[in-house]
Amino acid sequence: MGDQLQAVLDHLPDFQHGLIVTLELTAGGTVLMFILAFALGLASTAPAAIVRGVARVVIEFFRGTSLVVQMFWLFFVLPQLGVEISPMLCGILALGLNYGAYGAEVVRGALGAVPVPQREAAVALGFSPVDRFRRVVFPQAWVQMIPPMKVLIIQLLKGSAIASAITLVDLNFQGQILRNATGNTFLAYGIVLVLYFIIAYVIEWLMKGVEYLAKHRLGLVDAAWWDPRRYRTPALAGAAAPAGASDEDPRGTRGGDR
Amino acid sequence: MSIDWSWETTWDVLPVLLEGFKTTLLVTVIGSAIAILAGLIVAVIQQTGFKPVTWPLSFAFTFIRSTPLVVQLTAVYVAMPTVKPLYIGIAVIGVHYATYQSEAFRAGIDAVPRHQWEACTALSLPRRRTWIAVILPQALRGVVPALGNNIVAMFKDTPFLSVITVTEMVRVAQVYGGDHFRYMEALTLAGLIFLVASYPTSLLIRRLEARLARS
Repeated sequence: MGDQLQAVLDHLPDFQHGLIVTLELTAGGTVLMFILAFALGLASTAPAAIVRGVARVVIEFFRGTSLVVQMFWLFFVLPQLGVEISPMLCGILALGLNYGAYGAEVVRGALGAVPVPQREAAVALGFSPVDRFRRVVFPQAWVQMIPPMKVLIIQLLKGSAIASAITLVDLNFQGQILRNATGNTFLAYGIVLVLYFIIAYVIEWLMKGVEYLAKHRLGLVDAAWWDPRRYRTPALAGAAAPAGASDEDPRGTRGGDR
Repeated sequence: MSIDWSWETTWDVLPVLLEGFKTTLLVTVIGSAIAILAGLIVAVIQQTGFKPVTWPLSFAFTFIRSTPLVVQLTAVYVAMPTVKPLYIGIAVIGVHYATYQSEAFRAGIDAVPRHQWEACTALSLPRRRTWIAVILPQALRGVVPALGNNIVAMFKDTPFLSVITVTEMVRVAQVYGGDHFRYMEALTLAGLIFLVASYPTSLLIRRLEARLARS
């Protein structure tokens, strides 16, 4: 056990590389996810039926086919069509497209959950459509979007582990290397699992901060950011708190099928 | 960029894919059964509030939920070389989804009004009958939409099993693509079969949800 521990410690610095690849995939995928989620989510509430229709088809397509199939398709099929893209780009595209489609449903749901009187009030106050969206509708929808988006980011992180199947040396692959080097399956994968767990936990923690800021902007919390009491929902927030969007129920009844 | 889609290959690969699809369905069905049973049992155990049991359980479930399915699959696969990959795949995906399902059950059980418990106590119903006759039937009503979502999600996650050489549909498509140098037809068709199979299921669930919301 002693030498094995030594062997593991010797190999740990190599983990940096895998960790960076996993973080790159997650960060890139998350950025693409947010862009697509907003684009598709807004398009699916557009007044023009043709825009709505196109958005729905795109969303259903990327939700209906599996992440693995999409990633393999980009990796194996695109070269056949004469398009060569790097494995990293394949990974980011597949993750972003897949979870972006789920995100679009989150955006659509959150926009729909903003009370209609809020829009009416903004119209009555003579806000332009852009200001109405920017200053009234979006800040309220954003608060509702954060918990489900957090769940999606963590799922995207976990989905990124499939990238080891398209030749990317990510955290998952690094675990296989360490296992081959030391012969200790339990320790090698134990480390990998704990690292994924830590990343997921950091995302969770960061998004709690984002949620606090968003709520603060709406005046739904009044404690200082370091005060643990801030997560107690004051009376005002009772009406606006997202009903089914608790962090405990990542595949809750809201937010479509996932 | 030129697309040379070969229909000959398409007709050639389709039956092979459908053969692999049987495994996909098998994994989904047995995996769901494991997820539902284990999820329900753990949710009920958690409800007892016996800390020496509930704490380790909730830690284990949080851990399983926040680590990737692929890594869990590979870890168990390399740790148990003698067990058939299919069994490992079904067990791991079942347990992975059990962690989601138990959250759904927990939410359902929490949603049963407190008075129902009190009424059972007042009637001095035994513990087992309280659960079976009163609490669970009411809890399950709220759980059905989440259950459907989990099953669809599990169905779409079965391709992860191709990583540990389970010959489900995507693995079949990959092997066929490698053998014939025709990845395009095989993988595109695999994706389309997923779309065709999962979209109606999603619609059904949405309808079921709407129906439950009305009643």
